[in-house]
Amino acid sequence: MSENGPRYVIGVDVGGTFTDVFFLNEVSGHCEVTKVPSTPADQSKGFIEGIRQKIANFADVSTVVHGTTVGTNALLERNGSRTGIITTQGFRDVLEMRRRDRPNTWGLWGQYEPVVPRNRRVEVAERTLADGTIRTTVDAGEVKRAAHRLLELGCQSACIVFINAYANSANERTALKILREIWPNSHVGASSDILPEIREFERTSTTTLNAYLQPVVASYLHKLEQALHDDGFEGEVLIVQSNGGVMSVDTARQLPVRTTLSGPAAGVIASGFIASEAGFPNVITCDMGGTSFDVSLVVNGQSSLAAQTSIDFGLTVRTPMIEMTTIGAGGGSIASVDPGGLLQVGPLSAGSDPGPVCYGLGNERPTVTDANVVLGRINADKPIGGKLGRLDVEAAKTAIDTHVATPLGLDVMRAAEAVIRVANSKMAGAIRLVSIERGYDPKNFSAMPFGGGGALHAGALIKEVGLKSALVPRYPGINSALGCTIADMRHDFVQTVNGILGQLDISGLDKQLSGLAVNGLQLLENTGVEFESSEVRFELDMSYLGQTHTVDVTVPLDFDGTSTGISTDIISSVFEIRYREVYGKPLSGIPVRVLNLRVSAIGRRPKFDLTMLAPADGVALEDACTGTRQVWFDNAFHKTGIYQRLPLSVGTHIPGPAILEQPDATICIEPELEGRVDRFGNLIITRNQKGLSHA
Amino acid sequence: MIDPVTLAVLKGRLEQIADEMDATLFRSAFNPIIAEAHDASHGLYHTKTGETLVQGKSGLPIFVGAMSFAVKAVIEKASKDGDLADGDIYIFNDPYDGGTHLSDFRLVQPFYRDGQIFCFLASVGHWHDVGGNVPGNYNPVATESFQEGMLIPPVKLFCKGELRQDVVDILLANSRLPGSLYGDLNGQINALDLGMRRMKALLDEYSDTIVAEALLELRNRAAKMMAANISDLPDGTYSAEDFLDNDGIVDKPLKIALDMTIKDDRMTLDFSRTSDACAGPVNISLSTAIASIYVATKHLFTEVPANAGVLEPIEVIIPDSSLLNVHAPKPVGGYTETILRIIDVIFCALADVAPERVNGCAYGTINALSLAGFRKDKSRWVMFSFFGGGHGGHPEGDGLNHGNAPISTATIPPAEILEAAYPVMFTQWGLRPDSGGPGRHRGGLGAIYEIELLEENADVFLFGERGKFAPPGVVGGKPAALNKFTYQQQDGDYIPPMVSKMVGIKLKKGQCVRLETPGGGGYGLPFEREPAAVARDVALGFVSQQNAVRDYSVALDQNGDVNARQTTKLRKAVQS
Repeated sequence: MSENGPRYVIGVDVGGTFTDVFFLNEVSGHCEVTKVPSTPADQSKGFIEGIRQKIANFADVSTVVHGTTVGTNALLERNGSRTGIITTQGFRDVLEMRRRDRPNTWGLWGQYEPVVPRNRRVEVAERTLADGTIRTTVDAGEVKRAAHRLLELGCQSACIVFINAYANSANERTALKILREIWPNSHVGASSDILPEIREFERTSTTTLNAYLQPVVASYLHKLEQALHDDGFEGEVLIVQSNGGVMSVDTARQLPVRTTLSGPAAGVIASGFIASEAGFPNVITCDMGGTSFDVSLVVNGQSSLAAQTSIDFGLTVRTPMIEMTTIGAGGGSIASVDPGGLLQVGPLSAGSDPGPVCYGLGNERPTVTDANVVLGRINADKPIGGKLGRLDVEAAKTAIDTHVATPLGLDVMRAAEAVIRVANSKMAGAIRLVSIERGYDPKNFSAMPFGGGGALHAGALIKEVGLKSALVPRYPGINSALGCTIADMRHDFVQTVNGILGQLDISGLDKQLSGLAVNGLQLLENTGVEFESSEVRFELDMSYLGQTHTVDVTVPLDFDGTSTGISTDIISSVFEIRYREVYGKPLSGIPVRVLNLRVSAIGRRPKFDLTMLAPADGVALEDACTGTRQVWFDNAFHKTGIYQRLPLSVGTHIPGPAILEQPDATICIEPELEGRVDRFGNLIITRNQKGLSHA
Repeated sequence: MIDPVTLAVLKGRLEQIADEMDATLFRSAFNPIIAEAHDASHGLYHTKTGETLVQGKSGLPIFVGAMSFAVKAVIEKASKDGDLADGDIYIFNDPYDGGTHLSDFRLVQPFYRDGQIFCFLASVGHWHDVGGNVPGNYNPVATESFQEGMLIPPVKLFCKGELRQDVVDILLANSRLPGSLYGDLNGQINALDLGMRRMKALLDEYSDTIVAEALLELRNRAAKMMAANISDLPDGTYSAEDFLDNDGIVDKPLKIALDMTIKDDRMTLDFSRTSDACAGPVNISLSTAIASIYVATKHLFTEVPANAGVLEPIEVIIPDSSLLNVHAPKPVGGYTETILRIIDVIFCALADVAPERVNGCAYGTINALSLAGFRKDKSRWVMFSFFGGGHGGHPEGDGLNHGNAPISTATIPPAEILEAAYPVMFTQWGLRPDSGGPGRHRGGLGAIYEIELLEENADVFLFGERGKFAPPGVVGGKPAALNKFTYQQQDGDYIPPMVSKMVGIKLKKGQCVRLETPGGGGYGLPFEREPAAVARDVALGFVSQQNAVRDYSVALDQNGDVNARQTTKLRKAVQS
């Protein structure tokens, strides 16, 4: 690294269409962004190209933080590695039997193809009981034969999943040791290392998908590191996990299954940070893409985590991840009128290829984006992203006329607005789901749209759900890349305990918690990344005896390096408080069970001063005006000012209706709403006087 | 008239309320049948008719139709007593009025606006144990409902907002698992409470008139869509029949027969040729029968909204003597088996005219298996679960392996959770080779579950079907494998005399029970199946080499590759 020269932290988010890069010069405090086309065949090409746009000397870069979709895509497209499973006799089909479900409630035409077919799932005689007793010891010779069989079948990776290994991992350890001796590469794993938690399907699926991804992600990361080093990079590469924390490349190679929501998680982390700094600790992030609308809740600056998700039917990944509710309402969602005469938006989508009708790439059915174009809310002459020259408004109009207006007996403008209203209502439903259903009042929340399209709908969501306001970050289109640069490092651990409070060996529990805390802190230390501070969090999954669903109970403990000071009293009091929060009345007289313990070690990475993003020499509203357009709102055309968003100076007040444009997004301020540029360059949208009196 | 946009918006809002009620109960329930298997449902119902107005997406499909009868029963009771008030909640499990069986407890609450009832909200959930002769209440030898569990007619659980503890005490005293019952009851009360709050907020926002209009309009649209679907089918009468193995008392098959008549935009489902009421518990009440017709219809016409309008263009004929229309105290505990057969005959009858809509029949039995006993510390344990099987082949591909029953969206508890909770060990939990019905699109595979007892003694109960009559294929597809249950005794393995139904099997430590469930029926002629797909099935162990020849006329060479010449010869022989 050059002495006294610039020193960069770079966030890179590789999406399906674009690779976004966020540059933070730690010395000058200066920030820059860039967007380059993604290179799906080898994502590292676009990655390097994006960095080269602004960095001449890669030796000036100290850290590259990466949100990747390599793992997610391999799962969705089913092109992970050829994997094998070695499992307990009698259980080879766990992966394929799932939890005996089906893809849809109505209709019985489901199909499922497991990522590891039956002939690559080999059984060995071994058995551990639920209480941890080993009933049958695993036989070394049999494991060897199983491993050789998998190699003969051309497997590149393999994993071991034994029944009840969460209660005692001895047989798995023995088998893993043998497997490692035989296997020609490092792509092997055991379920008790990946997810030592009760429930065989979830553990099998997670362990298997991890093995399935290992070769793919490892080879990608290798290529990436190689390319960076070839350009003179000598710093640290970090990968964003689904839980919103970063991990080292080494950890990512071992646990690629933790990257499945890497990109979106970084976006949520950025939103939480930007919103908190701007004085909005409670936000609902809204990421609108081509086919989906992802909503996530940030309370007091903290995003909530979900225990598992399914990437697709039967592809279950159980590892802590940023909780996201996804509905099929993106820009490409198709509007139609069903045979009963009801207007529907989605779930069918035209995606980004062929995309909306106005793209002119062959789709003829109207989408949400087409409705926005017809209403005049999107600039047809300057589509975002810069891939298309202009949008075909007339084609969009014809499509809406044929498929929506005529069947409903409306004129085309009203029909277009109806499409937007139904889409908004679906988005509002998702927002209600993540707020009201969890006991939060939307009045105390602001919407934070990111992605290219979210800011078009944010104003409507204020009205529809009764949100306080909307906060449009300065660069909504590169939010995930920005999030990469500020995400903390985080390592999560889980272990099934399954004991009754009161009978539970508390000193044993303390030992387990402390052991994992030490492991976590060690992992943080080993990476060589500098942290401002570090922290260990403890959580228990608990329930009343007899309930099968648990509640997550955060236990406030101080880890002093050897002990956590946990006690039965602490556990029972925090459980009661949490149970009341989630379900109302706690139940007296029923024993309480501790199912799992969870430990998270977090290394806080330095944040940067967001005011650096604000426009330095901003201009007044009239100077940013590029013209006016007739835009349709509330059953009528309104003469609407069109403004360039980025040059607007801090404090600028923008009365609605107005359309604000920037290279990566379009923002719509509806009548009865108004906008204001805050000191970070964010745009805050609220109701104006008239809007307030109507609310 | 309500504008189409507001209607679309309100449809989503109303469904969300029912969904949230479902979610509240699933998460807080004590018994795995609700928490894991989602054997529960919530919705909004019509003030006067009890018709389903809105149903959650996540609730058990069979309840969609059944709940309207339950609400109707409460409406009648309340009008007789003349004392319905705001804050009342009725509770009951009478299956003759409310449908299904005694395990399903319904809570019904009027939702008032300005002194008038706007609609009813209801919650139904399958409780873990409601008394009777058999833990878990699947008593395959019951001849009267008294042997199946307690029967509670509609009574007030809440009176003007006040809980009647005496009612709760009666319920608790009649269950082997009162703790579980208490938890589930509270979960259902919480779900109703949430529904009431959400409805109030919605009406405050949109006005009562608009929401009422939307509810009416949604019903009319469902009826219109269904009628349009029916009028697409050619007029005529199409028949199908299928059989239940026996009623658990007398080993004699029971016929379920359907004559389906399509005329213009109306459909008549005539079940007159079905067997008369039987001694054992595979009878069902009329409300249950209609609910199952609703489920079949929704599986065939998935895009029709879930409300009572769906049934409007459909006329149902079931004589009073039929086993599909019984009254108290005829036993009805095994209702699931009978309604699965109703769904199967509807699919089979329609296969003649609309092969592009149907699929091979699914495994067709829930296999309610319970193992019960006492631990060393004298505490009682009851492991009760339903088991899965294959789904039928369909126009788009092979059937799903190991799916849930068409009447349910239930997931199975993990083997590890069962082993951690009960003194049992699964020695096998796998797919069952050769169980899928042969067809151009093969039926999905059933499963093999083998369970070893780890305690000294246990009693075993099984309530299943399809032990003698296999799930049929459609459009030339062949039937799946039969259900098979074996239990181990000191002197060898046994099969129950009624094949898939038995009570009080005494199991000793180290002995096993083994359940081999049917797959799904095939779709299309087996010799039209791609030989390569058959070779793959053999390689994966889904189909034996022997059955590849017998069922598919596909010959494989030593490496498992298709022997093209031999296969052509075999197939020519079958076709001629």
